Amino acid sequence: MNSTLTQERIIALRKKRSAQDLRFKYYGFIAMCLALAVLVFLLYSIFSRGFSAFQKTTILLEINYDQEVLKLTPNSTDQEIEKGKFFKVKKNALNNVFENLSKSDAKLIKKLFSTNIDKEIKNYYIDNPSVLNTTQKLWVTAHSNVDQMLKGNSRRDVPEDRRKLNDIQLSFIDQLVEEDRIQKEFNNFFFTRADSRHPEIAGIAGSFMGSLLTLFVVFILSFPIAIGASVYLEEFAPKNKLTELIEVNISNLAAVPSIVFGLLGLGVLLNVFGFPRSTPLVGGTVLALMTLPTIIIACRASLKAVPPSIKEGALAIGATKSQAVFHHVVPLALPGTLTGTIIGLAQALGETAPLIMIGMVAFIPNIPTGITEPSASLPVQIFLWVESAERGFQEKSAAAIMIILLFLFMMNALAVYLRNRFEKKW
Amino acid sequence: MVENNNTKISAKDVDVFYSEKQALNKISMDIKEKEVTALIGPSGCGKSTFLRCINRMNDLIEICKVTGSIKVDNEEIISSSTDVVSLRSKIGMVFQKPNPFPKSIFDNVAYGPSIHGLADTKSDLENIVITSLKKAGLYNEVKDRLNEPGTSLSGGQQQRLCIARAIAVNPEIILMDEPCSALDPIATAIIEELIDELRLNYTIIIVTHSMQQAARVSQKTCFFHLGELIESGETNKIFTNPDNTKTQDYITGRFG
Amino acid sequence: MFFWSIVLILIGIYSSYIFGKSRIKKLVYSTNLKPKSQYNYHAQYVLSWCLLPALIVYFSWAVFEEQIIQNLILDSFEYVEGAAYNDGLLLAEIRNVANNTDFSEGKSQEIINAASQYKSLKLTSEISFYISIIIIMILGSLYAVRKINIQFNAQDTIEKYIKYILIFCSSIAVLTTIGIIFSLIFESFRFFSQVSIFEFLFSTEWYPFIPIREGQAAAEGSFGAVPIFAGTFLIMIVAMCVAAPIGLLTAIYLSEYASQKVRKTVKPLLEILAGIPTIVYGFFAFVTVAPFVKSFGQSIGIDASPTSALAAGLVMGVMIIPFISSLSDDVINSVPQSLREGSLGIGANKAETIKKVILPAALPGIVGAFLLAISRAIGETMIVVVAAGTAANLTANPFENVTTVTVQIVVALIGDQEFDNPRTLSAFALGLVLFVITLSLNVLALRIVKKYRERYE
Repeated sequence: MNSTLTQERIIALRKKRSAQDLRFKYYGFIAMCLALAVLVFLLYSIFSRGFSAFQKTTILLEINYDQEVLKLTPNSTDQEIEKGKFFKVKKNALNNVFENLSKSDAKLIKKLFSTNIDKEIKNYYIDNPSVLNTTQKLWVTAHSNVDQMLKGNSRRDVPEDRRKLNDIQLSFIDQLVEEDRIQKEFNNFFFTRADSRHPEIAGIAGSFMGSLLTLFVVFILSFPIAIGASVYLEEFAPKNKLTELIEVNISNLAAVPSIVFGLLGLGVLLNVFGFPRSTPLVGGTVLALMTLPTIIIACRASLKAVPPSIKEGALAIGATKSQAVFHHVVPLALPGTLTGTIIGLAQALGETAPLIMIGMVAFIPNIPTGITEPSASLPVQIFLWVESAERGFQEKSAAAIMIILLFLFMMNALAVYLRNRFEKKW
Repeated sequence: MVENNNTKISAKDVDVFYSEKQALNKISMDIKEKEVTALIGPSGCGKSTFLRCINRMNDLIEICKVTGSIKVDNEEIISSSTDVVSLRSKIGMVFQKPNPFPKSIFDNVAYGPSIHGLADTKSDLENIVITSLKKAGLYNEVKDRLNEPGTSLSGGQQQRLCIARAIAVNPEIILMDEPCSALDPIATAIIEELIDELRLNYTIIIVTHSMQQAARVSQKTCFFHLGELIESGETNKIFTNPDNTKTQDYITGRFG
Repeated sequence: MFFWSIVLILIGIYSSYIFGKSRIKKLVYSTNLKPKSQYNYHAQYVLSWCLLPALIVYFSWAVFEEQIIQNLILDSFEYVEGAAYNDGLLLAEIRNVANNTDFSEGKSQEIINAASQYKSLKLTSEISFYISIIIIMILGSLYAVRKINIQFNAQDTIEKYIKYILIFCSSIAVLTTIGIIFSLIFESFRFFSQVSIFEFLFSTEWYPFIPIREGQAAAEGSFGAVPIFAGTFLIMIVAMCVAAPIGLLTAIYLSEYASQKVRKTVKPLLEILAGIPTIVYGFFAFVTVAPFVKSFGQSIGIDASPTSALAAGLVMGVMIIPFISSLSDDVINSVPQSLREGSLGIGANKAETIKKVILPAALPGIVGAFLLAISRAIGETMIVVVAAGTAANLTANPFENVTTVTVQIVVALIGDQEFDNPRTLSAFALGLVLFVITLSLNVLALRIVKKYRERYE
């Protein structure tokens, strides 16, 4: 064979090979970019939908707090005010949104407003009793359908029978917009209210509180138990079959699907031990059992990182084993354990499935105040809103996701901070 | 110098096994009160293992098994009924690498007395801490910064802090496991001087790989080789006129 | 009850501590001997004998009180003729009336009577709780104090107690496993006493609907879980088709090609992807991906279901990308550098080294990582609950609507739970299958990875 030919073939092969090399590198690069692009796309699709939930639409309403209509006097007691005929005042105000409204139009107008406006009208009076017999201009909450239309989440160019608002209602809205009697403002309801059947007044305060209480229970249970278990396994346990069994058990428990923990909660905690259903107590207990392996693994790692010379020093001056461990080793392992605990709590904060099993999926319209009260939790609230047919809940769920992501981010940042600040290299 | 003949520690036929491997073979020796006994020998000869038998620190190693008999003040300590905690409060230990707790200088020394209930009041505790630091020759260097972390001291100071920590629980015996191996010559000299002073009140056993050090600080020397006690006796005799040729070879630097 | 019992227990442990300390001090004073252990240990000993029984009383009350009261109420309740009462609803009503007399308006006399009985039982229980907790704390402390003497080694005893507490802590994990197995097997057993196990495992009809009335022939449910397993499998396959190549290639790029800087930025970003709650992925699948899949299906002439297997599978794939990439990254990094150098040393380029040397060497570890990811995908719940269907459908077409094991568990347990109904119980049978499969996948994967690690250590 001709040697220059071979040479050429080798050069050609080499070119091909380096092209292959480059191609392979690009495959990897593209895969990585794809993964990151999905992340960006996911965050974008949530944020773009969620931002509008932080605003609500309000409509200016002229309300005449007429003494005769309300059946109130300036000296009325609180109880009398509570029974005042505010719905009549509201009705009058709604009939006068535009001049000369027909009965059917008035009905359509009524549907532009939230059912909550009775309360808003009443509360305004309770806060300012002096408005009796005056006419007040009040910004009251619009109905979710109006809200969604103005935010552009519902489209007006679809046929009338597929819209929530008909043509007449749309023309009313246009007129209100023209007269500057409709505006968007900060949605305080979203942060101060619990769940509601009406999207415009539904908020995350209830489920947020529920999540906080649940996390509290998780922390109270899992932190000390994880430290106890880790200390035992690292410092006390004899090397035998039983210890090995516990260790295998912990690592396998970490991989059990969360929904199975839900079944545990239902089958054992609720049915056998009679824990109160739908409460942060039982939810927190289930999640604590679920996050325990994570925290134990982190805690053991940081116990292992403490140099044995410290423990030896304590033992050599006659400290007992538990004194040496709890006075010297555990305090030094605490930052690492805390980091692991925070990561475990973040995991628990996002967990939904087990909570559904133990009934935290019920509709809870008030804010819980204790760990034995029925409550929702943030991810379950998102689930309920995603599943809900009302369009107005979609932006709420996206906004609730933004809140939960914000908290997860803060927790992880705290964990990283703790790790960098306190972690010692020995 | 007052000679005394009180035996403080008496070991008889001590065997130590790590799993199957024998680390010490039939060690028998007597250690006299208020003397410095040096254990010398090449690395891995078992001198540290023997030292750690005396305060039962070998208990920490699960695979380690100790048989035979060691008596401290005529009390058997190699038995399951021995109260290890009170034994260790009687026998202090200083380690190869200084290992102060990551706490303040004061707390380092105060820890022992407080867990053993040696001080009833705060001023008692302060007294103990100050006396111990003085005995360890460290007080003048640190008296203004007792609240600074013990780890901020230099290596030699840290080692003296560890000695103070050991002294604070009022031991009768101090075990030193190559206390100067991590220190520079000046710090070593200070520690050696300190050992000489401490000898008046404590029985000291020191493991060292430096024969000069053994010669300088000890009255008795024991030479270990491959898990066996080859020779023990007056330091002067061991270094000038050993009975055993192995000892001779080792101290003249032919192996080790 | 919660607040006051905490106060009571705190008072109890404080006084028992003081009691124990003064007792040993007195003994020391009268005998003039040095006690074997310090005062504090004796005091702690008395304290633990006061605290532990109190906690046992407290927790047994907390757990059993309500149940016992409920049973007593139900036993003595006179059912109104013809009224279809459900025990749970009835109890809720009684409790409401008992807690707030305003609710008693319009309620039947039976309920009002039961409510007053409930109230009085509650009161009796509360009083007897406080009495028994005080008595038990005093008895416990007295017992401990009697044992104290100069010779008593309280320190050793306390050490032992601490060890017992620690053992208890580490046994929680074991107890959890036992609890899971117990509840799954027990309820599954009840399920299989009503539904044949062969029907469950081999029949292809899944209509978990319950007869509304006794003897309603048409609505007899059927529980053949094959379509559910098939649906789970289909979604898992779709997910792995997404995650396996992207995850593995990302891992290869990051560990072999990327600069330190890229690695330092990308890895935390992937960790964000891993830390996003699954419900968020569910939202993403439902709101963004499913409509996209539907319109994509339309554009190529396939009528895609709005809850298609494809949408759920794609998003689930995204969810497990970081899982696969970080596990594979570890595996690839643990391939010894010498293998790499050997290959590069004879003039192979990077791609050849990776394909011919590193990947074959890392294969067992990568297989292990994939198995773990599959187990993760099978156990994943929220994405499929939101984005996959609920109707069992035996198909291999990813544009169609399928259901999964986890979805059926949720569907069976959401809303009314009746534990004598096979529909509710089917959740536990499915849970058992899920548990067994994910556990075996995990054990297998961990064993493979461990073997692989040992090879290079």
